[in-house]
Amino acid sequence: MKELTLFGMLKLVVQRDMTLAMRRRADVLTTLIFFVMVVSLFPLGVGPEMEMLRKIAPGVLWVAALLASMLSLGRLFSADHQDGTLEQMMLTPQPLAVIVLGKIIAHWMVSGLPLVLIAPVLGIQFDMQMETLGILILGLLLGTPVLSMIGGIGAALTLGLRGGGVLLSLLVLPLCIPILIFGTAAVDAVATGLSPVSHLSLLGALLVLALTFAPWVAAQALRISME
Amino acid sequence: MAINWFKYSAPSTFYALAGKLIPWFAISAAMLFAVGLYIGFFVAPVDYQQGEFYRIIFIHVPASILSMFLYLVMAVYAALGLIFNTRLSAMMATAIAPTGALFAFISLWTGALWGKPMWGAWWVWDARLTSELILLFLYLGYMALHSSIDDPRRADRASALLAIVGSVNVPIIYFSVKWWNTLHQGSTIKFSGTSMHVAMQQAMFIMLAACWLYAIAIVLARVRSVILERERQTKWVAELPEVRA
Amino acid sequence: MTGLDIWMRENPLTYVWLGSYAFALLIFVVELVLVRHKRKLTLEQIRLLREAGEED
Repeated sequence: MKELTLFGMLKLVVQRDMTLAMRRRADVLTTLIFFVMVVSLFPLGVGPEMEMLRKIAPGVLWVAALLASMLSLGRLFSADHQDGTLEQMMLTPQPLAVIVLGKIIAHWMVSGLPLVLIAPVLGIQFDMQMETLGILILGLLLGTPVLSMIGGIGAALTLGLRGGGVLLSLLVLPLCIPILIFGTAAVDAVATGLSPVSHLSLLGALLVLALTFAPWVAAQALRISME
Repeated sequence: MAINWFKYSAPSTFYALAGKLIPWFAISAAMLFAVGLYIGFFVAPVDYQQGEFYRIIFIHVPASILSMFLYLVMAVYAALGLIFNTRLSAMMATAIAPTGALFAFISLWTGALWGKPMWGAWWVWDARLTSELILLFLYLGYMALHSSIDDPRRADRASALLAIVGSVNVPIIYFSVKWWNTLHQGSTIKFSGTSMHVAMQQAMFIMLAACWLYAIAIVLARVRSVILERERQTKWVAELPEVRA
Repeated sequence: MTGLDIWMRENPLTYVWLGSYAFALLIFVVELVLVRHKRKLTLEQIRLLREAGEED
Protein backbone atom coordinates (compact mmCIF):
# COMPACT_ATOMS: atom_id res chain seq x y z
CA MET A 1 0.00 0.00 0.00
CA LYS A 2 1.25 3.44 -0.81
CA GLU A 3 2.73 5.35 2.10
CA LEU A 4 0.37 8.08 3.29
CA THR A 5 1.91 11.51 3.00
CA LEU A 6 1.04 14.35 5.35
CA PHE A 7 -0.90 16.08 2.65
CA GLY A 8 -2.62 12.85 1.72
CA MET A 9 -3.66 12.42 5.33
CA LEU A 10 -4.96 15.96 5.42
CA LYS A 11 -7.04 15.40 2.30
CA LEU A 12 -8.40 12.18 3.72
CA VAL A 13 -9.49 13.78 6.96
CA VAL A 14 -11.09 16.75 5.20
CA GLN A 15 -12.99 14.51 2.82
CA ARG A 16 -14.18 12.27 5.63
CA ASP A 17 -15.37 15.09 7.84
CA MET A 18 -17.13 16.82 4.98
CA THR A 19 -18.89 13.63 3.99
CA LEU A 20 -20.05 13.14 7.56
CA ALA A 21 -21.16 16.76 7.76
CA MET A 22 -23.13 16.45 4.57
CA ARG A 23 -25.05 13.56 6.05
CA ARG A 24 -26.20 15.82 8.84
CA ARG A 25 -27.06 18.80 6.76
CA ALA A 26 -29.44 20.11 9.40
CA ASP A 27 -26.57 20.94 11.73
CA VAL A 28 -24.92 22.98 9.01
CA LEU A 29 -28.09 24.83 8.18
CA THR A 30 -28.94 25.68 11.78
CA THR A 31 -25.68 27.57 12.14
CA LEU A 32 -26.48 29.55 9.03
CA ILE A 33 -30.02 30.27 10.16
CA PHE A 34 -28.73 31.37 13.55
CA PHE A 35 -26.40 33.81 11.82
CA VAL A 36 -29.20 35.28 9.74
CA MET A 37 -31.51 35.51 12.72
CA VAL A 38 -29.04 37.24 14.99
CA VAL A 39 -28.27 39.80 12.31
CA SER A 40 -31.96 40.41 11.78
CA LEU A 41 -32.50 40.98 15.48
CA PHE A 42 -30.45 44.14 15.51
CA PRO A 43 -32.67 46.34 13.35
CA LEU A 44 -35.58 45.12 15.44
CA GLY A 45 -33.73 46.12 18.55
CA VAL A 46 -32.21 49.45 17.50
CA GLY A 47 -34.71 50.70 14.95
CA PRO A 48 -34.72 50.72 11.14
CA GLU A 49 -33.02 54.05 10.59
CA MET A 50 -30.76 53.38 7.61
CA GLU A 51 -28.04 55.84 8.53
CA MET A 52 -27.42 54.11 11.83
CA LEU A 53 -27.78 50.60 10.46
CA ARG A 54 -25.16 51.32 7.86
CA LYS A 55 -22.80 52.39 10.61
CA ILE A 56 -23.32 49.37 12.83
CA ALA A 57 -23.49 46.85 9.98
CA PRO A 58 -19.87 45.64 9.98
CA GLY A 59 -19.88 45.25 13.75
CA VAL A 60 -23.18 43.42 13.80
CA LEU A 61 -22.17 41.04 11.03
CA TRP A 62 -18.82 40.28 12.58
CA VAL A 63 -20.25 39.68 16.06
CA ALA A 64 -22.95 37.45 14.61
CA ALA A 65 -20.28 35.51 12.70
CA LEU A 66 -18.32 35.07 15.91
CA LEU A 67 -21.33 33.79 17.79
CA ALA A 68 -22.44 31.48 14.99
CA SER A 69 -18.96 29.98 14.76
CA MET A 70 -18.92 29.41 18.51
CA LEU A 71 -22.18 27.52 18.31
CA SER A 72 -20.99 24.97 15.80
CA LEU A 73 -17.56 24.38 17.32
CA GLY A 74 -18.82 21.98 19.95
CA ARG A 75 -19.39 19.46 17.18
CA LEU A 76 -15.79 19.49 16.04
CA PHE A 77 -14.60 16.59 18.12
CA SER A 78 -17.67 15.33 19.94
CA ALA A 79 -18.94 12.84 17.38
CA ASP A 80 -15.56 11.18 16.95
CA HIS A 81 -15.04 11.27 20.68
CA GLN A 82 -18.27 9.44 21.36
CA ASP A 83 -17.77 6.59 18.94
CA GLY A 84 -14.11 6.04 19.72
CA THR A 85 -12.70 7.27 16.42
CA LEU A 86 -10.80 10.03 18.20
CA GLU A 87 -8.83 7.52 20.23
CA GLN A 88 -7.91 5.70 17.06
CA MET A 89 -6.83 8.95 15.48
CA MET A 90 -4.56 9.61 18.42
CA LEU A 91 -2.89 6.23 18.01
CA THR A 92 -1.94 6.63 14.36
CA PRO A 93 1.69 7.33 13.50
CA GLN A 94 0.59 10.44 11.63
CA PRO A 95 0.98 13.67 13.59
CA LEU A 96 -2.23 14.48 15.42
CA ALA A 97 -1.84 18.13 14.43
CA VAL A 98 -2.41 17.23 10.78
CA ILE A 99 -5.59 15.36 11.63
CA VAL A 100 -6.79 18.26 13.74
CA LEU A 101 -6.02 20.72 10.94
CA GLY A 102 -8.01 18.57 8.55
CA LYS A 103 -11.00 18.54 10.87
CA ILE A 104 -10.80 22.29 11.37
CA ILE A 105 -10.61 22.91 7.62
CA ALA A 106 -13.62 20.71 7.04
CA HIS A 107 -15.46 22.43 9.87
CA TRP A 108 -14.71 25.84 8.42
CA MET A 109 -15.84 24.86 4.95
CA VAL A 110 -19.10 23.67 6.36
CA SER A 111 -19.72 26.36 8.99
CA GLY A 112 -17.52 29.38 8.29
CA LEU A 113 -17.58 29.55 4.53
CA PRO A 114 -21.39 29.60 4.27
CA LEU A 115 -21.41 32.60 6.60
CA VAL A 116 -18.99 34.40 4.31
CA LEU A 117 -21.14 33.59 1.32
CA ILE A 118 -24.39 34.76 2.83
CA ALA A 119 -22.94 37.89 4.42
CA PRO A 120 -23.36 40.06 1.29
CA VAL A 121 -27.10 39.45 1.31
CA LEU A 122 -27.32 40.51 4.93
CA GLY A 123 -25.06 43.46 4.26
CA ILE A 124 -27.49 44.73 1.69
CA GLN A 125 -30.21 44.57 4.32
CA PHE A 126 -28.12 47.11 6.18
CA ASP A 127 -27.62 49.22 3.10
CA MET A 128 -23.90 48.55 2.88
CA GLN A 129 -22.20 49.82 -0.25
CA MET A 130 -20.33 47.68 -2.75
CA GLU A 131 -16.77 48.51 -1.68
CA THR A 132 -17.50 48.06 2.01
CA LEU A 133 -19.25 44.78 1.31
CA GLY A 134 -16.23 43.55 -0.59
CA ILE A 135 -13.87 44.36 2.24
CA LEU A 136 -16.28 42.79 4.72
CA ILE A 137 -16.28 39.54 2.75
CA LEU A 138 -12.53 39.56 2.40
CA GLY A 139 -12.12 40.17 6.10
CA LEU A 140 -14.55 37.38 6.98
CA LEU A 141 -12.73 35.10 4.58
CA LEU A 142 -9.47 35.74 6.40
CA GLY A 143 -10.94 35.86 9.87
CA THR A 144 -13.42 32.98 10.06
CA PRO A 145 -10.69 30.34 9.60
CA VAL A 146 -8.85 31.87 12.55
CA LEU A 147 -12.06 31.68 14.57
CA SER A 148 -12.33 28.01 13.66
CA MET A 149 -8.75 27.40 14.67
CA ILE A 150 -8.87 29.16 18.02
CA GLY A 151 -12.24 27.52 18.56
CA GLY A 152 -10.64 24.18 17.80
CA ILE A 153 -8.31 24.66 20.74
CA GLY A 154 -11.29 25.51 22.91
CA ALA A 155 -13.26 22.51 21.66
CA ALA A 156 -10.34 20.23 22.45
CA LEU A 157 -9.99 21.64 25.96
CA THR A 158 -13.69 21.34 26.75
CA LEU A 159 -14.13 17.89 25.22
CA GLY A 160 -16.91 16.01 26.97
CA LEU A 161 -17.46 18.60 29.69
CA ARG A 162 -20.83 19.44 31.17
CA GLY A 163 -20.53 23.19 30.57
CA GLY A 164 -20.24 22.41 26.88
CA GLY A 165 -20.90 25.10 24.33
CA VAL A 166 -21.26 28.02 26.70
CA LEU A 167 -17.97 27.28 28.44
CA LEU A 168 -16.33 26.99 25.04
CA SER A 169 -17.64 30.41 24.05
CA LEU A 170 -16.50 31.89 27.34
CA LEU A 171 -12.98 30.67 26.74
CA VAL A 172 -12.69 31.48 23.07
CA LEU A 173 -14.51 34.79 22.61
CA PRO A 174 -11.94 36.98 24.43
CA LEU A 175 -9.22 35.46 22.27
CA CYS A 176 -11.16 36.33 19.11
CA ILE A 177 -11.50 40.02 19.92
CA PRO A 178 -8.49 41.13 17.84
CA ILE A 179 -10.04 39.54 14.76
CA LEU A 180 -13.28 41.36 15.42
CA ILE A 181 -11.43 44.65 15.81
CA PHE A 182 -9.36 44.35 12.66
CA GLY A 183 -12.21 42.98 10.57
CA THR A 184 -14.53 45.84 11.41
CA ALA A 185 -11.74 48.41 11.23
CA ALA A 186 -11.01 47.36 7.66
CA VAL A 187 -14.60 48.02 6.65
CA ASP A 188 -14.69 51.34 8.48
CA ALA A 189 -11.49 52.36 6.76
CA VAL A 190 -12.99 51.86 3.34
CA ALA A 191 -16.15 53.65 4.39
CA THR A 192 -14.13 56.72 5.28
CA GLY A 193 -11.98 56.54 2.16
CA LEU A 194 -8.85 55.18 3.80
CA SER A 195 -6.97 52.07 2.86
CA PRO A 196 -7.99 48.80 4.47
CA VAL A 197 -4.71 47.15 3.54
CA SER A 198 -3.05 47.42 6.95
CA HIS A 199 -6.04 45.92 8.76
CA LEU A 200 -6.44 43.14 6.23
CA SER A 201 -2.76 42.31 6.34
CA LEU A 202 -2.98 42.10 10.13
CA LEU A 203 -5.82 39.64 9.69
CA GLY A 204 -3.68 37.76 7.23
CA ALA A 205 -0.82 37.70 9.71
CA LEU A 206 -3.12 36.33 12.40
CA LEU A 207 -4.25 33.68 9.95
CA VAL A 208 -0.69 32.59 9.27
CA LEU A 209 0.08 32.59 12.98
CA ALA A 210 -2.99 30.50 13.70
CA LEU A 211 -2.24 28.05 10.89
CA THR A 212 1.24 27.54 12.24
CA PHE A 213 0.44 27.02 15.89
CA ALA A 214 -3.22 26.31 16.47
CA PRO A 215 -3.40 22.73 15.12
CA TRP A 216 -0.44 21.70 17.22
CA VAL A 217 -1.81 23.37 20.36
CA ALA A 218 -5.23 21.82 19.75
CA ALA A 219 -3.57 18.41 19.40
CA GLN A 220 -1.88 18.92 22.77
CA ALA A 221 -5.20 19.95 24.24
CA LEU A 222 -6.77 16.76 22.86
CA ARG A 223 -4.08 14.67 24.48
CA ILE A 224 -4.71 16.41 27.79
CA SER A 225 -8.45 15.85 27.53
CA MET A 226 -8.12 12.23 26.59
CA GLU A 227 -5.59 11.05 29.13
CA MET B 1 21.40 25.60 46.27
CA ALA B 2 19.90 23.38 43.57
CA ILE B 3 19.07 20.77 46.15
CA ASN B 4 17.16 23.27 48.25
CA TRP B 5 14.90 24.20 45.37
CA PHE B 6 13.92 20.63 44.68
CA LYS B 7 13.25 20.08 48.33
CA TYR B 8 10.81 22.97 48.32
CA SER B 9 9.07 21.68 45.25
CA ALA B 10 7.66 18.88 47.34
CA PRO B 11 4.22 19.91 48.57
CA SER B 12 4.92 18.92 52.15
CA THR B 13 8.01 21.04 52.59
CA PHE B 14 6.52 23.93 50.66
CA TYR B 15 3.46 23.82 52.90
CA ALA B 16 5.64 24.33 55.97
CA LEU B 17 7.75 27.01 54.29
CA ALA B 18 4.72 28.94 53.11
CA GLY B 19 3.23 28.81 56.57
CA LYS B 20 6.31 30.45 58.02
CA LEU B 21 6.54 33.10 55.30
CA ILE B 22 2.95 34.30 55.28
CA PRO B 23 3.08 36.42 58.46
CA TRP B 24 6.18 38.24 57.21
CA PHE B 25 4.59 39.15 53.92
CA ALA B 26 1.29 40.06 55.50
CA ILE B 27 2.75 42.37 58.10
CA SER B 28 5.09 44.12 55.70
CA ALA B 29 2.21 44.55 53.27
CA ALA B 30 0.09 46.18 55.96
CA MET B 31 2.93 48.51 56.96
CA LEU B 32 3.63 49.53 53.41
CA PHE B 33 -0.05 50.16 52.79
CA ALA B 34 -0.12 52.48 55.78
CA VAL B 35 2.98 54.35 54.68
CA GLY B 36 1.88 54.52 51.06
CA LEU B 37 -1.55 55.84 51.93
CA TYR B 38 -0.08 58.41 54.26
CA ILE B 39 2.25 59.76 51.62
CA GLY B 40 -0.42 59.53 48.96
CA PHE B 41 -2.99 61.48 50.91
CA PHE B 42 -1.05 63.79 53.18
CA VAL B 43 2.27 64.44 51.53
CA ALA B 44 1.53 64.40 47.83
CA PRO B 45 0.17 67.74 46.69
CA VAL B 46 -3.12 68.44 44.98
CA ASP B 47 -2.93 68.00 41.23
CA TYR B 48 -3.21 71.05 39.01
CA GLN B 49 -5.80 69.56 36.67
CA GLN B 50 -7.51 66.82 38.57
CA GLY B 51 -7.60 68.16 42.10
CA GLU B 52 -7.96 65.50 44.70
CA PHE B 53 -9.46 62.93 42.36
CA TYR B 54 -6.13 61.83 40.98
CA ARG B 55 -5.34 60.12 44.30
CA ILE B 56 -7.27 57.13 43.05
CA ILE B 57 -4.24 56.19 40.96
CA PHE B 58 -2.39 55.01 44.04
CA ILE B 59 -4.65 51.98 44.14
CA HIS B 60 -5.77 51.86 40.51
CA VAL B 61 -2.35 51.64 38.90
CA PRO B 62 -0.87 49.05 41.28
CA ALA B 63 -3.99 46.93 40.87
CA SER B 64 -3.68 47.06 37.07
CA ILE B 65 -0.01 46.25 37.10
CA LEU B 66 -0.52 43.42 39.52
CA SER B 67 -3.42 41.90 37.59
CA MET B 68 -1.30 41.76 34.45
CA PHE B 69 1.83 40.57 36.18
CA LEU B 70 -0.01 37.89 38.12
CA TYR B 71 -1.42 36.51 34.88
CA LEU B 72 2.10 36.19 33.56
CA VAL B 73 3.31 34.48 36.72
CA MET B 74 0.30 32.17 36.57
CA ALA B 75 1.13 31.29 32.97
CA VAL B 76 4.77 30.60 33.90
CA TYR B 77 3.75 28.25 36.71
CA ALA B 78 1.27 26.64 34.33
CA ALA B 79 3.99 26.11 31.74
CA LEU B 80 6.34 24.68 34.37
CA GLY B 81 3.61 22.32 35.49
CA LEU B 82 2.98 21.15 31.94
CA ILE B 83 6.62 20.74 30.96
CA PHE B 84 8.09 19.30 34.14
CA ASN B 85 4.96 17.66 35.45
CA THR B 86 5.46 19.13 38.91
CA ARG B 87 2.32 19.08 41.01
CA LEU B 88 3.25 22.14 42.99
CA SER B 89 3.59 24.36 39.92
CA ALA B 90 0.07 23.46 38.86
CA MET B 91 -1.21 24.17 42.36
CA MET B 92 0.45 27.58 42.38
CA ALA B 93 -1.18 28.47 39.08
CA THR B 94 -4.65 27.67 40.42
CA ALA B 95 -3.92 29.58 43.60
CA ILE B 96 -2.91 32.73 41.74
CA ALA B 97 -5.97 33.01 39.49
CA PRO B 98 -8.57 34.32 41.97
CA THR B 99 -6.18 36.95 43.32
CA GLY B 100 -5.34 38.11 39.82
CA ALA B 101 -9.02 38.28 38.93
CA LEU B 102 -9.82 40.31 42.04
CA PHE B 103 -7.04 42.77 41.26
CA ALA B 104 -8.39 43.12 37.74
CA PHE B 105 -11.80 43.79 39.24
CA ILE B 106 -10.39 46.43 41.59
CA SER B 107 -8.59 48.01 38.66
CA LEU B 108 -11.80 48.19 36.65
CA TRP B 109 -13.83 49.55 39.52
CA THR B 110 -11.30 52.21 40.50
CA GLY B 111 -10.78 53.05 36.84
CA ALA B 112 -14.50 53.70 36.48
CA LEU B 113 -14.48 55.79 39.63
CA TRP B 114 -11.64 57.82 38.24
CA GLY B 115 -13.37 58.19 34.92
CA LYS B 116 -16.54 59.61 36.42
CA PRO B 117 -15.06 62.93 37.60
CA MET B 118 -12.86 63.10 34.51
CA TRP B 119 -15.34 62.27 31.81
CA GLY B 120 -18.70 62.35 33.49
CA ALA B 121 -19.40 58.71 32.75
CA TRP B 122 -18.89 55.60 34.83
CA TRP B 123 -17.44 53.71 31.95
CA VAL B 124 -15.49 54.97 29.00
CA TRP B 125 -14.05 52.58 26.48
CA ASP B 126 -10.53 53.59 27.30
CA ALA B 127 -7.99 51.22 25.78
CA ARG B 128 -6.43 50.22 29.06
CA LEU B 129 -9.73 49.71 30.84
CA THR B 130 -11.05 47.64 27.95
CA SER B 131 -7.92 45.49 27.92
CA GLU B 132 -8.31 45.08 31.66
CA LEU B 133 -11.88 43.90 31.14
CA ILE B 134 -10.71 41.32 28.62
CA LEU B 135 -8.01 40.23 31.06
CA LEU B 136 -10.74 39.68 33.66
CA PHE B 137 -12.59 37.52 31.11
CA LEU B 138 -9.42 35.50 30.59
CA TYR B 139 -9.06 34.96 34.33
CA LEU B 140 -12.71 33.96 34.67
CA GLY B 141 -12.41 31.59 31.73
CA TYR B 142 -9.40 29.96 33.34
CA MET B 143 -11.24 29.50 36.62
CA ALA B 144 -14.39 28.28 34.87
CA LEU B 145 -12.48 25.67 32.89
CA HIS B 146 -10.63 24.47 35.96
CA SER B 147 -13.77 24.03 38.00
CA SER B 148 -15.63 22.28 35.18
CA ILE B 149 -13.20 19.39 35.07
CA ASP B 150 -13.52 16.81 37.81
CA ASP B 151 -10.20 15.04 37.32
CA PRO B 152 -7.63 17.34 39.02
CA ARG B 153 -4.83 16.33 36.69
CA ARG B 154 -6.80 17.04 33.55
CA ALA B 155 -8.12 20.24 35.11
CA ASP B 156 -4.61 21.46 35.90
CA ARG B 157 -3.22 20.62 32.49
CA ALA B 158 -6.16 21.93 30.47
CA SER B 159 -6.32 25.24 32.29
CA ALA B 160 -2.51 25.46 32.09
CA LEU B 161 -2.72 25.24 28.32
CA LEU B 162 -5.46 27.84 28.31
CA ALA B 163 -3.35 30.17 30.46
CA ILE B 164 -0.41 29.84 28.08
CA VAL B 165 -2.57 30.47 25.01
CA GLY B 166 -4.08 33.43 26.85
CA SER B 167 -0.74 34.93 27.76
CA VAL B 168 0.44 34.73 24.17
CA ASN B 169 -2.76 36.47 23.15
CA VAL B 170 -2.55 39.25 25.72
CA PRO B 171 -0.08 41.40 23.75
CA ILE B 172 -2.13 40.89 20.58
CA ILE B 173 -5.32 41.81 22.40
CA TYR B 174 -3.73 44.85 24.01
CA PHE B 175 -2.33 46.06 20.71
CA SER B 176 -5.60 45.60 18.86
CA VAL B 177 -7.63 47.32 21.57
CA LYS B 178 -5.24 50.25 21.57
CA TRP B 179 -5.59 50.50 17.82
CA TRP B 180 -9.36 50.26 18.12
CA ASN B 181 -9.37 53.01 20.69
CA THR B 182 -7.37 55.45 18.56
CA LEU B 183 -9.47 54.63 15.50
CA HIS B 184 -12.60 55.67 17.28
CA GLN B 185 -10.97 58.62 19.00
CA GLY B 186 -11.78 57.17 22.32
CA SER B 187 -11.19 58.86 25.60
CA THR B 188 -8.02 58.17 27.43
CA ILE B 189 -7.93 58.15 31.17
CA LYS B 190 -4.52 59.53 31.78
CA PHE B 191 -2.69 61.27 34.46
CA SER B 192 -1.28 64.67 33.55
CA GLY B 193 2.12 64.04 35.03
CA THR B 194 4.92 62.94 32.84
CA SER B 195 6.63 64.89 35.55
CA MET B 196 4.99 63.49 38.60
CA HIS B 197 5.75 65.12 41.88
CA VAL B 198 8.29 63.02 43.75
CA ALA B 199 5.88 62.28 46.57
CA MET B 200 3.39 60.90 44.08
CA GLN B 201 6.05 58.62 42.65
CA GLN B 202 6.99 57.46 46.11
CA ALA B 203 3.41 56.75 47.07
CA MET B 204 2.84 54.87 43.84
CA PHE B 205 5.91 52.75 44.28
CA ILE B 206 5.18 51.96 47.91
CA MET B 207 1.57 51.03 47.15
CA LEU B 208 2.76 48.80 44.32
CA ALA B 209 5.11 47.02 46.68
CA ALA B 210 2.35 46.74 49.27
CA CYS B 211 -0.01 45.13 46.77
CA TRP B 212 2.73 42.76 45.66
CA LEU B 213 3.45 41.63 49.20
CA TYR B 214 -0.25 41.23 49.90
CA ALA B 215 -0.64 39.15 46.74
CA ILE B 216 2.22 36.87 47.73
CA ALA B 217 0.81 36.43 51.21
CA ILE B 218 -2.71 35.62 50.07
CA VAL B 219 -1.56 33.30 47.28
CA LEU B 220 0.66 31.39 49.69
CA ALA B 221 -2.28 31.08 52.07
CA ARG B 222 -4.54 29.83 49.30
CA VAL B 223 -2.03 27.35 47.95
CA ARG B 224 -1.72 25.83 51.41
CA SER B 225 -5.40 24.91 51.28
CA VAL B 226 -4.94 23.54 47.77
CA ILE B 227 -2.02 21.42 48.95
CA LEU B 228 -4.02 20.11 51.89
CA GLU B 229 -6.86 19.13 49.64
CA ARG B 230 -4.75 17.45 47.01
CA GLU B 231 -2.61 15.62 49.52
CA ARG B 232 -5.39 14.74 51.92
CA GLN B 233 -4.76 11.00 51.65
CA THR B 234 -1.12 11.23 52.62
CA LYS B 235 0.49 10.48 55.92
CA TRP B 236 2.23 13.80 56.35
CA VAL B 237 -1.10 15.61 56.18
CA ALA B 238 -2.69 13.25 58.66
CA GLU B 239 0.05 14.06 61.13
CA LEU B 240 -0.18 17.84 60.88
CA PRO B 241 -0.93 19.53 64.21
CA GLU B 242 -3.83 21.49 62.72
CA VAL B 243 -5.44 18.26 61.57
CA ARG B 244 -4.93 16.37 64.81
CA ALA B 245 -6.42 19.20 66.85
CA MET C 1 -27.49 61.38 39.08
CA THR C 2 -26.70 65.09 39.33
CA GLY C 3 -27.12 64.87 43.09
CA LEU C 4 -24.23 62.47 43.12
CA ASP C 5 -22.20 64.74 40.86
CA ILE C 6 -22.63 67.68 43.20
CA TRP C 7 -21.77 65.61 46.24
CA MET C 8 -18.75 64.28 44.46
CA ARG C 9 -17.38 67.68 43.59
CA GLU C 10 -17.88 68.97 47.09
CA ASN C 11 -16.37 65.97 48.83
CA PRO C 12 -13.64 64.71 46.53
CA LEU C 13 -11.55 63.11 49.23
CA THR C 14 -14.47 61.23 50.71
CA TYR C 15 -15.43 60.09 47.24
CA VAL C 16 -11.94 58.83 46.58
CA TRP C 17 -11.72 57.15 49.94
CA LEU C 18 -15.09 55.49 50.02
CA GLY C 19 -15.18 54.65 46.38
CA SER C 20 -11.76 53.19 45.81
CA TYR C 21 -9.73 52.57 48.92
CA ALA C 22 -12.52 51.40 51.14
CA PHE C 23 -13.74 49.28 48.25
CA ALA C 24 -10.30 47.76 47.68
CA LEU C 25 -9.99 47.08 51.38
CA LEU C 26 -13.36 45.40 51.27
CA ILE C 27 -12.21 43.16 48.43
CA PHE C 28 -9.08 42.25 50.35
CA VAL C 29 -11.09 41.40 53.44
CA VAL C 30 -13.49 39.29 51.38
CA GLU C 31 -10.57 37.46 49.82
CA LEU C 32 -9.02 36.84 53.21
CA VAL C 33 -12.28 35.53 54.63
CA LEU C 34 -12.74 33.22 51.64
CA VAL C 35 -9.23 31.82 51.97
CA ARG C 36 -9.59 31.21 55.69
CA HIS C 37 -13.00 29.64 55.20
CA LYS C 38 -11.64 27.32 52.53
CA ARG C 39 -8.86 26.30 54.88
CA LYS C 40 -11.31 25.57 57.65
CA LEU C 41 -13.48 23.43 55.38
CA THR C 42 -10.49 21.53 54.02
CA LEU C 43 -9.16 20.77 57.49
CA GLU C 44 -12.56 19.52 58.61
CA GLN C 45 -12.81 17.33 55.55
CA ILE C 46 -9.42 15.82 56.29
CA ARG C 47 -10.35 15.20 59.90
CA LEU C 48 -13.47 13.36 58.78
CA LEU C 49 -11.38 11.30 56.39
CA ARG C 50 -8.97 10.46 59.16
CA GLU C 51 -11.70 9.40 61.52
CA ALA C 52 -13.35 7.29 58.87
CA GLY C 53 -9.97 5.73 58.19
CA GLU C 54 -9.30 5.04 61.83
CA GLU C 55 -12.53 3.15 62.24
CA ASP C 56 -11.27 0.36 60.03
